[in-house]
Amino acid sequence: MMADSDSADVALIGNTDLTSSESENNIVNTMVEKGTALLRKIEINVPEAEKRTGKNTVNMQETYTAYLIETRPAESLPEGSVPATPDSLWRRYSEFELLRMYLLVTYPYIIIPPLPEKRAEFVWHKLSADNLDPDFVERRRVGLENFLLRVASHPVLSTDKIFYRFLTEEKKWKDEVLETGFQDKADSRLKSLSAMYRVKNPDKKFTALKLYSDELSAAISQLLRVRARVADRLYGVYKVHGNYGRVFSEWSAIEKEMGDGLQSAGHHMDTYAASIDDILEEEEHYADQLKEYLFYTDAVRSVCRKHELIQYELETAAQDLVSKKQQKEELTTGTVRIFSLKGMTSKIFGQESQEQRESRLAALEQSIQEGEEALKEKNKECQEFLQTAWEDIERFKEQKDRDLRDALINYAIMQITMCKKGIQVWSNAKECFNKM
Amino acid sequence: MSAGAPRGLASSGQKPIGEILHPLCLPSVYQLFVGLCGHTGLTLCPSQEAVLTNGTPVETSSPASASSLFNRLQLDDDLEADGRDPYASTEAHDLFVTVDDPKKHVSTMETYITYRVSTKTTRIEFDLPEYCVRRRYQDFDWLRIKLEDSQPTHLIPPLPEKFVMKGVVDRFSEDFVETRMKALDKFLKRVADHPVLSFNPHLNAFLSAKDLNKRQGLALLTKVGESVKHVAGGYKLKVRPAEFCAMGEYLDTFSQKLGTIDRIAQRILFLQSEYLTEVREYSSVYSSWAGSEEELQRPLEGVSCTVSKSCQALEDLSENMGQDFLPVLREYVLYVESMKNVLRKRDQSQAEYEGRLEAAVLRRQEDKSPVEKCQDRVECFNADLKADWERWQSNKRQDFKQLLTGVADKNIHYFETCQAAWESFITVLQDKQTEDRTGETN
Repeated sequence: MMADSDSADVALIGNTDLTSSESENNIVNTMVEKGTALLRKIEINVPEAEKRTGKNTVNMQETYTAYLIETRPAESLPEGSVPATPDSLWRRYSEFELLRMYLLVTYPYIIIPPLPEKRAEFVWHKLSADNLDPDFVERRRVGLENFLLRVASHPVLSTDKIFYRFLTEEKKWKDEVLETGFQDKADSRLKSLSAMYRVKNPDKKFTALKLYSDELSAAISQLLRVRARVADRLYGVYKVHGNYGRVFSEWSAIEKEMGDGLQSAGHHMDTYAASIDDILEEEEHYADQLKEYLFYTDAVRSVCRKHELIQYELETAAQDLVSKKQQKEELTTGTVRIFSLKGMTSKIFGQESQEQRESRLAALEQSIQEGEEALKEKNKECQEFLQTAWEDIERFKEQKDRDLRDALINYAIMQITMCKKGIQVWSNAKECFNKM
Repeated sequence: MSAGAPRGLASSGQKPIGEILHPLCLPSVYQLFVGLCGHTGLTLCPSQEAVLTNGTPVETSSPASASSLFNRLQLDDDLEADGRDPYASTEAHDLFVTVDDPKKHVSTMETYITYRVSTKTTRIEFDLPEYCVRRRYQDFDWLRIKLEDSQPTHLIPPLPEKFVMKGVVDRFSEDFVETRMKALDKFLKRVADHPVLSFNPHLNAFLSAKDLNKRQGLALLTKVGESVKHVAGGYKLKVRPAEFCAMGEYLDTFSQKLGTIDRIAQRILFLQSEYLTEVREYSSVYSSWAGSEEELQRPLEGVSCTVSKSCQALEDLSENMGQDFLPVLREYVLYVESMKNVLRKRDQSQAEYEGRLEAAVLRRQEDKSPVEKCQDRVECFNADLKADWERWQSNKRQDFKQLLTGVADKNIHYFETCQAAWESFITVLQDKQTEDRTGETN
């Protein structure tokens, strides 16, 4: 692998013999090599998963899986020296969820990398949807490692202290994260996400982004669904070929010269039928790559919603200020242009005294000043959000294009491997037929 | 190949040529039919030729072939000494037939297909060296029945299925006609390659006559065949020779296995068609996704396109299997059926002989010659059958070797096509990228 930043692409040129796992490594290497300070310092792995039993929050026995997180210094060691034992700790899925929630709340302008799916979806008949199934656990382990690397390679997220503690402090981390008080913000965030409000001047770029993320989400979902059906059908085709194996064997028993050729050909048919298991297992990795981006669209939508909220708050603050200013004008000029309770009551109960008016004016002035401060703040918040969010969105778009392109090439490589296997088996069978 | 010499000649001892019965003639077999079915009106002429009641002679051998017969007999004697299979060496490849060029004929009464039957030959039994006639399925059927009845001790190759359900199968579709034509071609070639059948005068007529004058005797002959079964049923077979038992068992198991293979192949075709339905949608999903992308549009369209190509390749594979593989399997099932029939007839002829023998012993008959003639017939039948069996086994081996190798080839071709498509996808993508990159640096 070449060490420059385009290694993911350059390594593939002229080398279509690349295996799919090599291609996947390219994606990881790109993340690592794009370089953040954190990744220059440490290497992160999730090498193992283990079944555990323990008591949960309601004091009931439960079985769950724990994942080992290993970190070790990233610098290459001088020759001959023994590599230091890596720091390691165990985490379960719910802790990852807690970390992610913290990141979502703390960095609302960042597209937070998604976790691997909680329950197996888009299954075709063979895969079990059981969370404790070893294949599912294995793919989840890979997904969790991927998640950590995504966060660690993000220019903003990688600097977060809580994230670092997640990797290094097993026991105390939970208390630390709760102490940040993010959960209060989490509740209000949830409220805002589900609230219905209308923005008067929606930002065109964000509108387009939201639309795109909906389209992407729909496209990938449909793709995953159809892919699962395709896998299921292909499985059937391969497996039935195994029946040829049995019948050739039975037939060979009544033949003289043809017997050996038929028998051996039958064995190859068995091999062919068995080969589909590995092929489809590999394809699950491709499905996982697509799923990551499907879940990413949720994070994108989340950022769009946050922007909408800020925009709405800005518009509300501006609107608020305008009405206060109008009130002041009315008060000074005595004209009633907008309906106000004060105006009505003064009509009913008679004009107020000069003193009352002046105190009211002063209060309004104060309110207006506060309002202008608030508006300035909101504006600033909005501008900052826009800037930081779009920076991250651009970064995300490039990452998405790169990763999905690699995933597609990866898929093509898998198909080529499958074809080569097919050619091999049928050529072997042909040789046996020739000997009949 | 093992030597399956027709022992009929040896048992006749040294006789003048005129009295030696060539296997082709077998009028004695007709005497067998005649003797059994006297009540159906068949009479035996004083000359050694049997005739039907309507006066038409049952053809045996053509007069012109006497000298060629003599040559063959001489050759047979020589080769018997060598112990080689006389059938094999006397097979000069001097009769070539082809069936092609299907055409539809529409008349007021019916619509049907005819095929061109072309013949090239150096045999003197034929007046011309080349012939070109048009025949329809009915004519092939006629020929087969004629062959079966005139050469009952030989294995006649099968024809493709006669009846097709109107409304279910389109009798005039290109695929159906093509498949049927290939089977008819194979049938005719097998007959033409057979050392005995190829000299049959019915074949000659089929290949050369302008109009086939299909006799009404058609129905009558089939009736004759059936009544033989009924009458012969009265005689019980003492001991069937082991080799014919083995043949029967082999045929039973073989046809069973063929049936299984047929079912498996059909299941695969079915599952492949279901797979294709899903894959077509799969391709279009990639394409529609490409619509909302910029950088990813090319790769996504590329995948969609390549998936479609794989689809097409699989469609071709399935079509091939349906057209080439399944029909040949079914043909062999028919072949096995007709062979079992011949085995049954052989059993009948043996039963008849044993019955006669018993009757003769009981009646203390002096004249042993009718019983001996019967015995000769049985031995003739057995010899012909054994020779044909070996021949059939050898052909079967060749046919299946070719068939299965063909299946393997088609599958290999399918995978090669797909592999090339995916490799081209990657290459195009990488080329575009280098293009873009050099464009950027400029």
